[in-house]
Amino acid sequence: MLAVDARGLVKFYGTAPALRGCDLAVAAGERVALLGPNGAGKTTLLKVLATLVRPSSGALRLLGIDALRSPSLVRARIGVLAHETYLYRDLTAAENLRLYAQLYGLDAVEERVAAMLARVGLTDRAHYRVGTLSRGQQQRLALARALLHTPALLLLDEPDTGLDEPGQALLADIVRASGAAVVLATHALERALALADRVVLLAAGRVIHTARTAELDLATLREVYGTAAPVRA
Amino acid sequence: MPEHDAPRAAAGALGHYARQLVALVAKDLRLETRRRETIVGVLVFVLLVLALFQFALDLERDTARRLVPGLLWITFLFAGLLTLGRTFAAERDQGTLDGLLLAPLDRSVLYLAKVVATVVIMGLVELVALPVFAAVFDVPLLTPGVLFTVLLGTVGFAAAGTLFAALATQTRARDVLLPLLLLPLLVPLLIAAARATDDLLAGAATPVTAPWWELLAGLDALFLGVAVLLFEALLEE
Repeated sequence: MLAVDARGLVKFYGTAPALRGCDLAVAAGERVALLGPNGAGKTTLLKVLATLVRPSSGALRLLGIDALRSPSLVRARIGVLAHETYLYRDLTAAENLRLYAQLYGLDAVEERVAAMLARVGLTDRAHYRVGTLSRGQQQRLALARALLHTPALLLLDEPDTGLDEPGQALLADIVRASGAAVVLATHALERALALADRVVLLAAGRVIHTARTAELDLATLREVYGTAAPVRA
Repeated sequence: MPEHDAPRAAAGALGHYARQLVALVAKDLRLETRRRETIVGVLVFVLLVLALFQFALDLERDTARRLVPGLLWITFLFAGLLTLGRTFAAERDQGTLDGLLLAPLDRSVLYLAKVVATVVIMGLVELVALPVFAAVFDVPLLTPGVLFTVLLGTVGFAAAGTLFAALATQTRARDVLLPLLLLPLLVPLLIAAARATDDLLAGAATPVTAPWWELLAGLDALFLGVAVLLFEALLEE
């Protein structure tokens, strides 16, 4: 079963096209990096996969479920980490995770919250309000929020935002260990090579190139990436 | 699923729905107790309006009794607009609305939680404002009948207002749009609430007021029902 099976996704914002017939297939447990210049459609594609944005046309199955017909079923099984942390600044770290655990209908909430805080190295910040945490600590907490319900599909949009080197390493470790299928949108080519099994290059709302990272080095990836910039509809 | 398991599954889903609702209401009330930006601001607004009415109108007792229902409900209406203005704007400004939309929630839970939180916050403001109104204008507002009318009116206001607040928050002109959309819709609610309050202040027995209460309850049910049906479509981007 594919974790992501997107076919012919089209998305218009008003009259402006953001996706123009985008196809993407991601196997269970596979990690795919979405690359492309600004405006290529990476964030829109991730929002469509996250069921936050409904495509104008196209078909989307996530984890075997028709995501356009049953988005709520899909939401229970995907985790999203983006620039925005989706955390309440005036709630503590533990209160934020507890809230999301309740919304996802998880059991053993306290144990799960404590375990996730420990996993991201924030046990000693459990009772601090999020607004008092550094940006990097907030991003770690957002990672804990995204993984709290053990998702089978992780959608990461520039997940390194605000993270220092140890934080980035922790993120990579946790994502690898999760065993989830991953779709990662990033501009950091080194990060894509290190974390992903496959890179997918987007330009002007379409997939224009795909390659396995095992067959790529950074120089080749830079060269391929450079081809995306001049692409116009 | 075997047929005999269906009621159990339905009960489980209902329990999950209720737990999500409680979690969201508790979150909103906890945030309000920490920020105190809505309740304090709205309360100060209500007391200021009250003082302005008193200075501007300088009412005799008999005149006051006739005008207080209208003054009271117009004050609550504008105070409510201030409360609603923050309901979804804070979520959108902090980027937390997407976090909620990513969760496997029936969208109606999100709507109902905002309605309940708005009723609680407005109710607290009203509980402070009513005795002050009663003392300043020397009218008996702290009676079960008036309190019941205020509850019905507040629920209707929150039910319609939460839907329009969600709509307005998606626009740049949300502060202007919300009253423009909401106030015309609330005219029947305002009339019923003010007339019920007027009857009660005139010493009317419940049977005289009952039709206004029935109208208020009907409007509450109508606003809640329509909003629950429309809310998901409204949040679709």
